[in-house]
Amino acid sequence: MGLETVFGHSFFTSRVDDAVNWARKYSFFQYPFVTACCGMEFMSVWASTYDIARFGAEFPRFSPRQADVLFVVGTVNEKLAPVLKRVYDQMCEPKWVVSFGVCATSGGFYDNYAVVQGIDKIIPVDIYIPGCPPRPEAVLDALMKLQDKVSKESVLDKKYR
Amino acid sequence: MNQHVTRTIKEKFPEYVTDSHAFRGDETVVIKREALLEVAGYLRDGLGFEFLMDLTAVDYPGREERFEMVYHFFSLSANLRLRLKAPVGGQNPVIASLTPLWSGANWFEREVYDMFGIKFEGHPDLRRILMYDTFEGHPLRRDYPLDKRQPRLPHRD
Ligand code: SF4
Repeated sequence: MGLETVFGHSFFTSRVDDAVNWARKYSFFQYPFVTACCGMEFMSVWASTYDIARFGAEFPRFSPRQADVLFVVGTVNEKLAPVLKRVYDQMCEPKWVVSFGVCATSGGFYDNYAVVQGIDKIIPVDIYIPGCPPRPEAVLDALMKLQDKVSKESVLDKKYR
Repeated sequence: MNQHVTRTIKEKFPEYVTDSHAFRGDETVVIKREALLEVAGYLRDGLGFEFLMDLTAVDYPGREERFEMVYHFFSLSANLRLRLKAPVGGQNPVIASLTPLWSGANWFEREVYDMFGIKFEGHPDLRRILMYDTFEGHPLRRDYPLDKRQPRLPHRD
């Protein structure tokens, strides 16, 4: 823009979207909705070896109202489905959902009377992580993919109005 | 093994014991269902089986008495195990509850009721324990359709 030439180096110009998305994607507060064995692997993503803090997403919020990303980790059965829906509804926009492991993604091998065959039957999902359970690397990959996705969004997107 | 427990039960209740067998020291006694409370009471107070480890049921659709209750007892004092079985049948399968003898039977029996629809006479609170209250049918019965779904929330698209 050239504003810098007028005001010196205390200024820089950007688009609102870029600035907001940059802030959003490096400061995910996550709500861990952990129901089953996948939770063990999810914990290791937080521990020092893999260290999800390097991506600015280390902070769990156990109140959905303060969370940005809902991590659904493990098997969700029909009895639990209303709870998941309620947690999702309580989260403030903008919000994203990550489906962690095959159980959350498709019901996994629990093709039976009790288990929801994929949480996308109940809430919208942004990123799916395959695996039973997924490796921590896959989780970090998913997180980076989510960051990519966030960086392409606009504050004017219909979702947020 | 000498099947001492099986023999004692047979001698005490000859009219109720219909079958018995043992495999590598694990004894099984099959009794008539109306004798359950009496036999279980004798096991606890007479033979020292203080511990009801587990109770469950099996569905055998071909049999005249369709269901079979299975009880596992353990004696801490004598280090003995015993499996007790009792066939239950009919349109409205009912058997006595073991809650008067072991209060730990409460949740086991609720689970069997939930999964198989077997009723327990004398149970203080016979409700579903695993499935939700609006669930219809009993999913571990062999005639429950394998792919039947009962979603609680309407599914998206
Ligand atoms: S995907 Fe595998 S590890 Fe994860 S909750 Fe399901 S069964 Fe457990």
